[in-house]
Amino acid sequence: MLGISPSMALRFEVLARHNRARASRLTLPHYEALTPLFMPVGTQGTIKGLTNDQLEDLDCQIILGNTYHLALRPGADLLDTIGGLHKFMNWPRALLTDSGGFQMVSLLHLADITEEGVTFQSPVDGKPMLLTPEDSIQIQNKIGADIIMALDDVVKTTTTGPRVEEAMYRTLRWIDRCIAAHSRPHEQNLFGIVQGGLDPQLRDICLEGLVARNLPGYAIGGLAGGEGKDAFWRVVAQCTAGLPEDKPRYVMGIGFPLDIVVCTALGADMYDCVYPTRTARFGSALVSEGVLRLTHAAMATDYRPLDSSCTCMVCKRYTRAYLHTLVTKEAMGSQLVSYHNISHMMQLSRNLHSSILEGRFPEFVQSFLQKQFPKGDVPDWVCNAMDVAGIDISMCRIPQSA
Amino acid sequence: MEFTVRACSGHGRVGSLRLASGLEFETPSLLMITRRGLPVVIPPEMLMDLHPDSRACQFTPMHFLEDPLAAVVAKAGGVHKLASLTGFAMVAVARDSLGNEIAGEEASNLGASFETSSGRRIVGLEKYMEVVNACKPDLWVSLPDEVPHWVPEKRNRESVDHTSQWLDHCLSLQHAEHGNRCLGVVVGAGSLEERARSAEQAATRNVAGFSLAGFGLGEDVAQRGFHLEVAIAKLPNDKLRHVCGLGSPEEVLQAVGAGIDLLDSTYPYMLTKECLAMTFPLKMEVPLRNADRDMQPTPDHGVASGFSLAKVNLRSATYGIDETPLVTGCKCYTCKRHTKVYINQLLNSNETLAQTLLEIHNTYHYLEFFKAIRESIKADKFHEFRTWFTSQRVFGMTYDVSESFVA
Repeated sequence: MLGISPSMALRFEVLARHNRARASRLTLPHYEALTPLFMPVGTQGTIKGLTNDQLEDLDCQIILGNTYHLALRPGADLLDTIGGLHKFMNWPRALLTDSGGFQMVSLLHLADITEEGVTFQSPVDGKPMLLTPEDSIQIQNKIGADIIMALDDVVKTTTTGPRVEEAMYRTLRWIDRCIAAHSRPHEQNLFGIVQGGLDPQLRDICLEGLVARNLPGYAIGGLAGGEGKDAFWRVVAQCTAGLPEDKPRYVMGIGFPLDIVVCTALGADMYDCVYPTRTARFGSALVSEGVLRLTHAAMATDYRPLDSSCTCMVCKRYTRAYLHTLVTKEAMGSQLVSYHNISHMMQLSRNLHSSILEGRFPEFVQSFLQKQFPKGDVPDWVCNAMDVAGIDISMCRIPQSA
Repeated sequence: MEFTVRACSGHGRVGSLRLASGLEFETPSLLMITRRGLPVVIPPEMLMDLHPDSRACQFTPMHFLEDPLAAVVAKAGGVHKLASLTGFAMVAVARDSLGNEIAGEEASNLGASFETSSGRRIVGLEKYMEVVNACKPDLWVSLPDEVPHWVPEKRNRESVDHTSQWLDHCLSLQHAEHGNRCLGVVVGAGSLEERARSAEQAATRNVAGFSLAGFGLGEDVAQRGFHLEVAIAKLPNDKLRHVCGLGSPEEVLQAVGAGIDLLDSTYPYMLTKECLAMTFPLKMEVPLRNADRDMQPTPDHGVASGFSLAKVNLRSATYGIDETPLVTGCKCYTCKRHTKVYINQLLNSNETLAQTLLEIHNTYHYLEFFKAIRESIKADKFHEFRTWFTSQRVFGMTYDVSESFVA
């Protein structure tokens, strides 16, 4: 048993801090991870064409699987028979599954949320179906990931009115049903998800309620959905301040490096997003300066690697010019860019962890912002967030004339 | 470059080929397929360790004709450096094995029609050699005027004349410092006399070897055999022989039996595209019925269930929970790590990883097939091997790669 209580299957040790930011060791049943970390999204047990060996070479520590897709194919019972997703994929490190709820609501026709659960039309035969919190946890118990997510009532951040409050309270009621249904608390860590939209009071109530349940870890949900950046960082700041120090904090759906750096400064530890692999398929590479559009004509005569500071296989072997000729024409093109983009995110994770650990986090943040904003046009929301995080980035910013 | 014949069995021979780069390998050898210099789906960094023999690739100069890639490969200093495949043999073959069929269209004195990265166009000698020289391949095929067997006599004769003239022209344009790397093309698919004439002409040229063209274009198997025999009879024994357009196991065996040393084959990839895994047995000693203990054939199994001794159809619902690898005992990356049920799941979810894992296995298995061929030649048992192989694949199942199985 890993945790400090019988309902935990993890150990979380903060190794170093800079103000709110932390560098930690997260020991899970299958793997000892270092945070902050980015988790690539594997949808159905694979990250867009990358082999397990490649994922290990890239230093991926935790991979995210989508419960909705896995339940459809190959199905929870098959995974159970085989002995879980780890065994099925032959993945030796850690896995996290989401609850399935969000995917249903965003992907399915006529999906709706009631007190019982998420109602939807079966994608197979159109019959009405229901995913309850109990169902979600049972499926996730069969999949067997190290971290499982509670089924929450998530609304778009652009939603206003009583629906937001309803969703927050329902999330609290559902967490108790999730906890009750969880049959493997010694092997799988159930994370609660803080909801409440952009309303600080609702967020507070949710925070209090979830913290009182003494869960192994917590996620900050309901963001990355179209809200303004200013609202976004304030919710993250409020939640990290309200969550326990000694438990991991996961901001769901965050993948832009800038957002990850800001959230880390504010005290978050874990992130996930489809962005790196998705943008690779459109020929965009993530580099220190931002995003490199490989389809751009200028790339045809650019003989540099994607990112001069990147040591991944792609950057060691291939030039932008060659990749430019590949990206829209050969599957291998986007494969290579995906590989690099994941490498970029893992390098970012390592940099965040080591810079905090080694007491040079502010320098890292400054250097990061200078590369992303060489003209000094760091957005206001970043400056405000760094203020709250207590990190001086004045040297990165050239005052913009009014 | 050195090529030495080491063993014979009938007309089949095992040779050792040492390239100017120092890379050495045995023939008959499979040339793995690339597009624009890279494997189609296999991660390039995995290619070196895929199989002990996974060292030789083909590429098509026709993919490198236009800017920007033409400029990029020149600036990189050749296709090895461009694709980061130093340590591999890169053989330039004019015919794009994944492209469209040769149509036998009109050709002028200056060039023939090819499928290129910018569509079908006439490729002339100067341009072709410019690209070949920029790519710096270990071996390259001269510009062919390749026609299928059904073209009129006059066109067939013309193709022999063109091909011979273009061979001379290519040789005059090759970069001196690259040494003797040309594979002179032999055409003449329309008639045995023309085939012999084409071979005779090529045989007198100062080349590293020969590339037999005009095959894999719908010709009759027996006719193909005659053409191979007639052509090879005119070629010197101590030089390399390559054939393009032939790639299935039976075609490989026929070609090797006639005396061919190098083949580029899309067979593994064609199977991968159809979600089929290569599973045919490789050892004569293994009894037919028990070839793979996990897959006992019964009268009910056949095309409908997607079962085949030669190929496993991974979309088949039969593989509900089959936790065995594609081929039990196979030492490829895929079989050491993954199960049929997992790959089935990836396929049904349209995950590209399925193609990668399948292609790794199929390429490995095919390289093992070539190794088995070489072993049989060394033991002077090639004829027995070929007979055994052909008979066991005829056993109740078809091997046609275009046949689709019911899912």
